[in-house]
Amino acid sequence: MALELQDVSLLMEQQTYLNNISLTFEAGSFNVLLGRTLAGKTSLLRVLAGLDKPSSGKVVYNGQDVTGFAVQKRGLSMVYQQFINYPHLTVWENIASPLKLAKVSADEITKRVKQTAEMLHIGEYLQRLPLELSGGQQQRCAMARALVKDAGIVLFDEPLVNLDYKLREELRSELKALFKTRETIAIYATTEAHEALALGGTTTLLHQGNVLQTGSAKQQFAKPINLDAADLYNEPPLNVFSASVTNGVMQLQQPISLASADHLADLPNGEYQFAIRPNHISLQSNDLTSIVLASKVDLAEISASETYLHVETSVDSAQKGLNWIVHILSIMSFRTGSELEIFLPLEDLFVFDLNGKALRWPDTHIEREL
Amino acid sequence: MATNMISKRNLGMFMYLIFVLLPIYWLLNMSFKTNDEILGQLTLWPTDFTLNNYITIFTDASWYMGYVNSMTYVAMNLVITLLVSLPAAYAFSRYKFVGDKHLFFWLLSNRMAPPAVFLLPFFQLYSSVGLFDTHLAVALAHCLFTVPLAVWILEGFMSGVPKEIDETAYIDGYSFGHFFIKIFIPMISSGIGVTAFFTFMFSWVELLLARTLTSVDAKPISAIMTRTVGATGIDWGVLAAAGVLTIIPGILVVWFVRNHVAKGFALGRV
Repeated sequence: MALELQDVSLLMEQQTYLNNISLTFEAGSFNVLLGRTLAGKTSLLRVLAGLDKPSSGKVVYNGQDVTGFAVQKRGLSMVYQQFINYPHLTVWENIASPLKLAKVSADEITKRVKQTAEMLHIGEYLQRLPLELSGGQQQRCAMARALVKDAGIVLFDEPLVNLDYKLREELRSELKALFKTRETIAIYATTEAHEALALGGTTTLLHQGNVLQTGSAKQQFAKPINLDAADLYNEPPLNVFSASVTNGVMQLQQPISLASADHLADLPNGEYQFAIRPNHISLQSNDLTSIVLASKVDLAEISASETYLHVETSVDSAQKGLNWIVHILSIMSFRTGSELEIFLPLEDLFVFDLNGKALRWPDTHIEREL
Repeated sequence: MATNMISKRNLGMFMYLIFVLLPIYWLLNMSFKTNDEILGQLTLWPTDFTLNNYITIFTDASWYMGYVNSMTYVAMNLVITLLVSLPAAYAFSRYKFVGDKHLFFWLLSNRMAPPAVFLLPFFQLYSSVGLFDTHLAVALAHCLFTVPLAVWILEGFMSGVPKEIDETAYIDGYSFGHFFIKIFIPMISSGIGVTAFFTFMFSWVELLLARTLTSVDAKPISAIMTRTVGATGIDWGVLAAAGVLTIIPGILVVWFVRNHVAKGFALGRV
């Protein structure tokens, strides 16, 4: 009872949407596809649904090759980013339509439509037309239609993007609960890392039609396989700088010994890309061994109770100016052009080679108090 | 007091309505008069009210068959146009194929030629295949003009329906035909209303092709109206009554599709 993609590629008009993808989705699993726009998430879902035929490769479901099967025979359901309902049918008729087509008996339809609608909290709107509902309710209606037929596979293509923040949180946690008890393969595409982290399950990172990494989102957050994967999980992005290491000493503005950080101590000589999360950079010295950089304030963005400070340092090993983002969890004001020092704790540094492949990760630890 | 109530803006509207409706009123007025009164003096309403003109039309087969003929080929044209242009418009709105844009434009360019251009080929062709003087002949000839227009209007409405609806329907288990009839057509019903309206209007009003391609059996009312010079001169009263009766179907159609057309003007491609 598993869904498999075997070397699936999708090319359309000389553009590669999917590049040799092999993946397995286990029965009863909740899977997240995480990737930016145009990463191939939607293409992948469309191939799974049978809406697009892969240029090469096979889709295998329960051991059967279903690549050439018509959409109607796939026995799956899909929820789109847009709220897709049949506008001239009532909510009840919308939810009932897949069951009617499957020739389910009238009693059973009534029972299941009611049950599904209750589950998604649209039980009282069954006689309304979809356009008379709010956005969140419209999407619940679409979800109810997808869930009511108890399909073996349910595909979600960024279903919560068009909803406001609160509704999104609410629906997401409901979805998570809904699939806990089901034997269904759920595949959920999203552009947002925090969604992947909140939903749990198996996360597949997609980047430009390629699979970067498969595993748990928490694991990927802590140990991204390369810079692209790290990028997906960090908003604002990681601060990346290149520097050379000679005999355990990194050369930046001043030489600094890496010996005190366990994961960096044995780094061989060479040129590397280092990275640090914006929230790990601090503005005060503390008891952690840190790289200290003299910098100049470019801009401070205040967002709710947080401040994103953009600063510029004079040099890195390539002798060019470098921009940094510092994420501060309080409101602070800075004068543009004023000078300050930033502290990069060695123990928080990621190390990538020059092609972006991850070499060392900082130890996962509980976030420090600032 | 009435003049106080009519503001300047309303006055303009009022004048406009008078100008528009005056000829129609005059037609109605004439249809209830005798020929003597029409030719004799200027009267603002019938002094010698008569229904004889209408009675003539409803009892004389050479008159009322004109209406039957017109309605027959208009209905045939409407059915053919919708049956042909619904699938065509769907293809244009949903699929990409080689030369689709050129084909679409070529369809429209058919509308740019005046009907007179096609008169001779139609006449010759229909005469040789035995279609001359049949309702089907006129209906088919009108299709040359109504189908492109219908495809163009419907394509606009169909493109307004997201493709995801089609896909969702397939995923739900609808076959294409089932989806098209149960889901898609109800969604573009306004567009179909607008299309039907324009198709009807063209076919009902068109004179040149309808007159040339018929002689006796399928002669339309518009042709009969232009040939009413009898031995006693022109029968003005009957002609006016025929005119009134010709307007009525148009008014009825506009009345029934007015909501659709209003929606169509707002949404689609009219």
